[in-house]
Amino acid sequence: MTYIKAFVVGGVLCAIAQFILDITKVNPALIMVSFVSAGAILSGLGIYGPLVKLGGAGATIPLTGFGHTLVTGMLEDAAKMGWFGLLTGGLRAASSGLTAAILFGYLMAVLFNPKG
Amino acid sequence: MEFHRRGTSTCIFPEMPVVVAAASVVGPREGEGPLGRLFDMVYNDTLFQETSWEKAETRMLRQALDLALAKAGIDQTQVDFLLAGDLLNQIISSSYMAREYDIPYVGLYGACATMAEGLALGSLLVGGRFARYVAVASSSHHDTAERQYRYPTEFGYQRVPTSQWTATAAGAVIIAAKGAGPRVEAVTVGRVQDYGVIDPNDMGSAMAPAFADTVWRHLQDMSRKPDDYDLILSGDLGKIGVGISHRLLLQKGIDIESRHQDSGLLLYEMKPEIGAGASGCGCIASVFTAKFWPDLMAGKIKRMLLVATGALHSPTSCQQGESIPSIAHAVALVSETA
Repeated sequence: MTYIKAFVVGGVLCAIAQFILDITKVNPALIMVSFVSAGAILSGLGIYGPLVKLGGAGATIPLTGFGHTLVTGMLEDAAKMGWFGLLTGGLRAASSGLTAAILFGYLMAVLFNPKG
Repeated sequence: MEFHRRGTSTCIFPEMPVVVAAASVVGPREGEGPLGRLFDMVYNDTLFQETSWEKAETRMLRQALDLALAKAGIDQTQVDFLLAGDLLNQIISSSYMAREYDIPYVGLYGACATMAEGLALGSLLVGGRFARYVAVASSSHHDTAERQYRYPTEFGYQRVPTSQWTATAAGAVIIAAKGAGPRVEAVTVGRVQDYGVIDPNDMGSAMAPAFADTVWRHLQDMSRKPDDYDLILSGDLGKIGVGISHRLLLQKGIDIESRHQDSGLLLYEMKPEIGAGASGCGCIASVFTAKFWPDLMAGKIKRMLLVATGALHSPTSCQQGESIPSIAHAVALVSETA
């Protein structure tokens, strides 16, 4: 059941992006930025949190999940350190994802030749 | 002084330059296409044993030129001008290729119209008796062009149906004052057209008006009809551009449909990832040199009009919301037996 919930939540989020990409002329970069922003806004409004509870990785892996992570981190640090936490929280919460992306991206680039 | 001009835009040749040799080198996907067995050299890897796609493109261009020189039976010391162009910033494929030769070099940028631009200028140099032999070469590489104009292919972004697949291909020709081969009868240099298309994934629509304008001007200047040509070969209009160009020409009372073929629709089997067809400098360069130059040599085609179109935008201009200006140049070729 957990898997099904994750599949449905993640699938719906991605289907929305694909739908926008197919019917409008927006480019992939714009979709990426808007999804991160949308996730951040929904998280701030308290909507994305319940979605993560429901869908698990289905909600955290898509780009909206990145926005959610940033905002959650900022709110957590703000609760601890006040306004200053707004500056530190986002990157702290996202640090594992960012480090993994840079490290594994670099490793893959060293190990393999692109095929195009 | 007598000028060899007709109408608004066309130059004619009292002594027609001869395209004495033509050669093509392509990548794996092009080799698997419908014209696969016609190319002089097909690589089964897009890196061509080089360490980057940019180096691979330069190598492909050099090999096309070497093959053309060999077919013409001449040495590089006999060539008076090398005209070459490609799609990359500062036309590096061409200039790095030219660094390997000891030939006076003129770099060209006409986007995908570069082959026609080179054929036109080369013919004028030979026809004007400023050169005995002129080499013209042009290339594109799918992976270098994607990196240049859109996203690196490693990024794996989604393609849209109107987008075209930049060909990994190079073509080279040798134009001579005399010899055996198809003759260049006339060249029509196009004017920049811009109908306000801003989508860089829909270049067929952007280039169709330029194609229609140059074909119309050429036919007007030469007082000819489309039926006077066995073939009107466009560069890379693709499915969408072909339809638009036919409609634009019909508005001027010209019906080219039965004579027209588009290189962009000849190069590949039309799979979904190809989108609206092939594109790139190498597209018409390889299709012409591999298929239609031999047809002209054999007399299967008596007279053809080669019209290559180019979209003259840059990634920066597109990001700033500018529309895509386009160009088309036409070169009329007749077979020796005609």
